[in-house]
Amino acid sequence: MTRVTDVASYLAEFDDIPGTRVFIAKRARAGYHLNQFAMSLMKPENRERFKADERAYLDEWPMSEEQKEALLARDYNRLLDLGGNVYFLAKVFSTDGLSFVQAVSTMTGMSVEEYQAMMVGGGRSPEGARSIKDKT
Amino acid sequence: MARITAGIGCSHVPVLGFAHDHKKTQEPIFKPAFDGFDWTRKWMKEEAKPDVVILVYNDHASFFDMKIIPTFAIGCGERFGICDEGFGPRPVPDVEGSPDLAWHIAQSLILDEFDMTIVNEMDVDHGLTVPLTMMYGDVPEWPVKVIPLAVNVVTYPPPSGNRCWALGEAIARAVASFPEDLNVQVWGTGGMSHQLQGPRAGLINAEWDNRFLDKLTGDTDELRMIEHVEYLRETGSEGIEMVMWLIMRGALGKATKALHRHYHVPVSNTALGHIVLEPTG
Repeated sequence: MTRVTDVASYLAEFDDIPGTRVFIAKRARAGYHLNQFAMSLMKPENRERFKADERAYLDEWPMSEEQKEALLARDYNRLLDLGGNVYFLAKVFSTDGLSFVQAVSTMTGMSVEEYQAMMVGGGRSPEGARSIKDKT
Repeated sequence: MARITAGIGCSHVPVLGFAHDHKKTQEPIFKPAFDGFDWTRKWMKEEAKPDVVILVYNDHASFFDMKIIPTFAIGCGERFGICDEGFGPRPVPDVEGSPDLAWHIAQSLILDEFDMTIVNEMDVDHGLTVPLTMMYGDVPEWPVKVIPLAVNVVTYPPPSGNRCWALGEAIARAVASFPEDLNVQVWGTGGMSHQLQGPRAGLINAEWDNRFLDKLTGDTDELRMIEHVEYLRETGSEGIEMVMWLIMRGALGKATKALHRHYHVPVSNTALGHIVLEPTG
């Protein structure tokens, strides 16, 4: 990859990847406070305050109501749509005591056991998962 | 003069740090992943013995958050602490820097038109400490000085593969002009194929990964032309970390040969890759 001079077409290609939300500027901007909220959970005292009253803690952050509801529901696919990034959202599922495998499996529609079995079997095949348009 | 004697590619899957820290490396689920590093640990200790490692890695919302996102940040401090990633810091030694060489590289790179961010104080996360653990095992102090080179591969756009390769070439020029006699390695970390988000999570592409490992050797520079969208489609959203391996490869010059290679699937959500390369001119 050398120089890209057309940002719009660079970004447009990402929408053709099945089941994937690339963390582009639009999402980084929409999710700024969501991700910074998640980052605040790195501090034990903030985790305690969040766990004691999630809604009250969320209301301290200038997030949209949609983002707050998706957080309360731990709807990670929705959170990705609303600008969350998985490394930041990891602070939320770590606060819940979930591992990456456990939390990630919730985004796939599989149970943790099914997801783990898929990984042990070599992971999800890229066949048919590369492009929506070309069905490859 | 300082010289680059070898390059190492290595995934930095956090669960490997966990397995090491909790003495689980011999458990059936982790053993095959760790076994592939036995050769390297012995070679590092008995033959390679680098004085300094330029360790290319990415921070995972541990030290850097969304406030400031440097594309390329070079650690010029004396010492780097270990991040608390939410479970307390890993019980591993702090990382000792190599400030004279780091500042020399930073100055050289900026004058060579690579506009680096200079960082004097930072903590480092599993992206940097897991590769140290894989190469050195359980040690009271890391037997090497480290220059952390953090690359943004989280917020798009990350740097292009071509730019990463060219940065590696510029690092090689910078190291070669440092007067002290130092044995320097460059490590590229992260990858290989993995996706940690969305309905497509769990994607692994062993064929693509192995082709990437193949092309790190010899005199081809084909890998620098891979576009971001190819990493995303073929190797999952987090496979983009492999651009960091290209900084290492670029620093090794025209041609390389592999001394050792290891590939294992899965380590939690990820394909583990590891390669030891020697420049051959």
